[in-house]
Amino acid sequence: MKEACIVGIGQTDYCRKPGSGMSQLALQLQAASRAIGEAGLKPGEIDGIMPFPNLGRAEEFAANLGCENLRYAATIHMGGAAPVASLQAAAAAVNSGMANYVLLPAGWNGYSGARVRQTVSQDVSSIPGGEIARDYYLPFGFTAPPQWYSVLARRHMHEFGTRSEQLGAIALAMRKHAQLNSNAVMHGKPMTMDGYLASPMLADPYRFFDCCLETDGGAAVVVTSAERARDLETRPVRILAAASGQPYPADEITNRRDIFRTGLTIAAPEAFGKAGLKPSDVDFAMIYDCFTFEVLQQLEEVGFCERGEGGSFVEGGRIELGGELPVNTHGGLLSEAHVLGMSHIVEAVRQLRGELGERQVKDAELGVVTGWGDFGDGSIALLAR
Amino acid sequence: MTEYSLPLPVLEGHSADFYGFCKEGELRFQRCDGCGAWRHVPRELCAECGSWEWTWTLSSGKGEVFTYTVVGRALHPAFDDSVPYAVSVVEMEEGVRVLSRVADVEPGELEIGMPVQVDFEAVTDEISLPIFRRVTG
Ligand SMILES: [Zn+2]
Repeated sequence: MKEACIVGIGQTDYCRKPGSGMSQLALQLQAASRAIGEAGLKPGEIDGIMPFPNLGRAEEFAANLGCENLRYAATIHMGGAAPVASLQAAAAAVNSGMANYVLLPAGWNGYSGARVRQTVSQDVSSIPGGEIARDYYLPFGFTAPPQWYSVLARRHMHEFGTRSEQLGAIALAMRKHAQLNSNAVMHGKPMTMDGYLASPMLADPYRFFDCCLETDGGAAVVVTSAERARDLETRPVRILAAASGQPYPADEITNRRDIFRTGLTIAAPEAFGKAGLKPSDVDFAMIYDCFTFEVLQQLEEVGFCERGEGGSFVEGGRIELGGELPVNTHGGLLSEAHVLGMSHIVEAVRQLRGELGERQVKDAELGVVTGWGDFGDGSIALLAR
Repeated sequence: MTEYSLPLPVLEGHSADFYGFCKEGELRFQRCDGCGAWRHVPRELCAECGSWEWTWTLSSGKGEVFTYTVVGRALHPAFDDSVPYAVSVVEMEEGVRVLSRVADVEPGELEIGMPVQVDFEAVTDEISLPIFRRVTG
């Protein structure tokens, strides 16, 4: 199988107060420009752009950056699963000749711009399921992601005995990792289990500290073919395999025969199968951590443990640096910043380049990155040095 | 009727039918004429057998709490004065699940498996929402 590579990464500063002071577009352009520059490319060589859904158009990225040879422009509409799903599409694009160098930008003013409270209530089209949510969810106050997913977490607790302290172990691991990342918004703000348990209930069983941050920031990566990657300055990170999938039905979260079968349930075996690898081969995982339970559930559906065993899997430091499977060494959406999952790809690349100093996973050769979006859309990539 | 400030369904297409029945005090779901499968939310055709024919069929109104959440902080301004409030997914005898609330149970007392029965709350002159009440005894 032909491989594609990630050859450039870029990030902005991540922050909350007082805000980035930049427009949503400018934030993404800064990250994109850094990724292109790091790869040793000129903007005119970027001939593919895959913007994050609803956060920008390829046309405006191209016009600002000077991509005068744009050939391939596409957006994967899978919410937070989009960046990793875009890796899959970008790999296919560069290997089929549709484009030579594809830019994946993401970023927003999630703190200083429109917050979740505003976007959901003002624009029903921003909700997966659109009019279904409007007619059957919103009248009952089922209006936002922590509420949608909390009912899955509650059911998991009922069926498998998963406990709050196990969700807390995930929050604590992310926070611990953020202490080693000076760009993390929660750097310098450690958390204890007592502090976690004392945080207010947002959508039972989700406490405040089960929920991702709202932050300003941007990140971007550049993908090209293995052949072209050889001519560039940076050490390429190989996309061994990538896959995406959707739950069924994907537009309605309550009427699934198997409530825990999400997009990743389909995508993960496909990705591992293509690569000829298995979960136990993996050195680290960057798991889309919009909420703690989604990490637990994705660990199960990827196959790091059996379904129902996620609670005990995340305990005892297993997902912390130095543990069996370090997860989100940057601190993730929970404790670094909410950069829409693009930051998870960036961190995976940095791990595989071996440039992360005190948060480096020793001898990291193979990593998993996942995405989770909308009502459980999923994506996964296996990356290797 | 006092002014109602929470979000309302839009009475168009299948939702007009579904909520029209609710206004008459009936919980009806689409049931496929081809294979007999019940479905919710309303769809254009049967995903089980492909039939485009269906009948709005009366539900027994009985079900049990499949899962739930208790919202402590509103993430939609209209619900700021409603917290804490519970949202339940009710699994009906017919197999379909309905997102709603159990009206006469304190949020802290909800339990998965709790038997419930549908009722209707007229929130405006036009719209009645299907809600649930605990079945006791
Ligand atoms: Zn049918």
